[in-house]
Amino acid sequence: MASDDVWILGIHMTKFGKHPDKDAIDLASDAALSALKDAQVTMKDMGILAYGNLVGQTQGQMLQKQIGQTGIPVFNVSNACATGATAIRTAVMAIKAGETDFGLAVGVEKLAGAGLLAGGSAKKDGNKYEAKGRYGAVAPVDGRIGTETMPGVFAQIGMEYGHKYGGTSFELFAKISEKNHSHSTLNPLAAYSKKMTLEEIMNDVMIAYPNTRPMCSANCDGAAAAVLVSGSKLKTLDPDQQRRAVKISASVLTSDPWEEACQVLPNVNTLTRNAAQQAYAQSGVSPEDLDLIELHDCFATAELVHYDNLMLCKQGEAVPFFESGATWRDGRSPVNVSGGLESKGHPIAATGIANIWEVCHHLRGEAGDRQIPDAKVGLAHVIGLGNACGVHILERSAA
Amino acid sequence: MGPQIPLVDYLVLGERPRLVAHECDSCGARFFDHRNACAACSNTSFKSVEVPTDGVLQAFTIVAYAAPGIPVPFVAGVVDCDGTSVRGNVINTPADPDHVQLGMKVRLATYVVGADDDGTEAIGFGFEPA
Repeated sequence: MASDDVWILGIHMTKFGKHPDKDAIDLASDAALSALKDAQVTMKDMGILAYGNLVGQTQGQMLQKQIGQTGIPVFNVSNACATGATAIRTAVMAIKAGETDFGLAVGVEKLAGAGLLAGGSAKKDGNKYEAKGRYGAVAPVDGRIGTETMPGVFAQIGMEYGHKYGGTSFELFAKISEKNHSHSTLNPLAAYSKKMTLEEIMNDVMIAYPNTRPMCSANCDGAAAAVLVSGSKLKTLDPDQQRRAVKISASVLTSDPWEEACQVLPNVNTLTRNAAQQAYAQSGVSPEDLDLIELHDCFATAELVHYDNLMLCKQGEAVPFFESGATWRDGRSPVNVSGGLESKGHPIAATGIANIWEVCHHLRGEAGDRQIPDAKVGLAHVIGLGNACGVHILERSAA
Repeated sequence: MGPQIPLVDYLVLGERPRLVAHECDSCGARFFDHRNACAACSNTSFKSVEVPTDGVLQAFTIVAYAAPGIPVPFVAGVVDCDGTSVRGNVINTPADPDHVQLGMKVRLATYVVGADDDGTEAIGFGFEPA
């Protein structure tokens, strides 16, 4: 293990779902303490805390007050749905910079029962029209000039792919959801682990065509946390800690470069492709090497475009790639064997750490019934609208 | 009928309603919002340009759940107006996949959004089948 590598020493995700008796700090504490236990270290070892709680807006210092006020720097990070990945990335940078040997990254959200997550301008009309804001709008524009609701934005992203390359249909997108709901039956930590037939998915409540309710990510409560360690420190630790450590072979965060239309409909494609290209170059891993991929299926329509963006298939060929069965758990590029955001759930700031937990679980050979046999390398991807993209490539310890 | 004002300042009303974009003097990137500088090249000078009113629907969704006060279902989409992409609703046609299709030709159309207490009408825009 090279001294300048960064490793995951311990990691944990709570059960995703409804936790009415726990607040965000309870859930964050559960995740952080369990990750520390998994790593066989304590808060006293940590040199940095990176913390994300996007909607709840609690701070890492509140977590410290429950599990250990050691005086270390806290970075409260916020990057939409990429918040968890940003917390990991922050800890990686601190370790790479040589400022500390150990870092703790935590993401948590309380979202059970939250309704439609809409855009910023969804409010009532005033009694007198007055031009306001950057578009000089006299009344709210969400719903009048397109839609700012997430199911609608991501529906258009999938449809745009269909316009460009052809082959998409309501049924095709529903089949992607059918796969993820099928995968979720093997994940005891998923918010929903019920198999759904294609008919059930297509006949469910339409939210924003072509996304029906089960094709949307599930709002839920949950937390995830990871303990990171430098390669040089890991060499000095116990052989059992070394054996279970997972190498972070690439840690990349990108934003969206300007392109025509990117301020009209969010472009989640180019920044994901850029992040993937950087991650493959950093790690020396190629897309064909991946034993499993956890990608940001915030909606079924989004999963399709990321097959292409992450270069799991040739450009423009995401539809035949999916139809070949490649992304089912027994296919050549298993995608979202956790059940994905559509069934595992999407507690926003926890998601970018929970998907890394899923990959680590397989690389450590600890995934039980849903274990991908002999998994050696995996990729975790998230997108936050705005936009931010996090890609991490993880490899099993050689020890 | 009271006075009419546009829903957003990049919609210009009159005999020939149209959308007007800010075009970067240096690189030609187009924007609809107030600018501090160009997102593509950071240049700070812009000129106003008319956006073609005819276009092709390159993405859409049929929204069934929306903000309070917005009638559903409605079609939200992105229209390619000869190289300039515009966000807008598809209007004057039923909101279902039989009537709205990717690649369909559309043109700019305006409609009354509502009126305020003074009777001033806000005029919005959308795209209707061409």
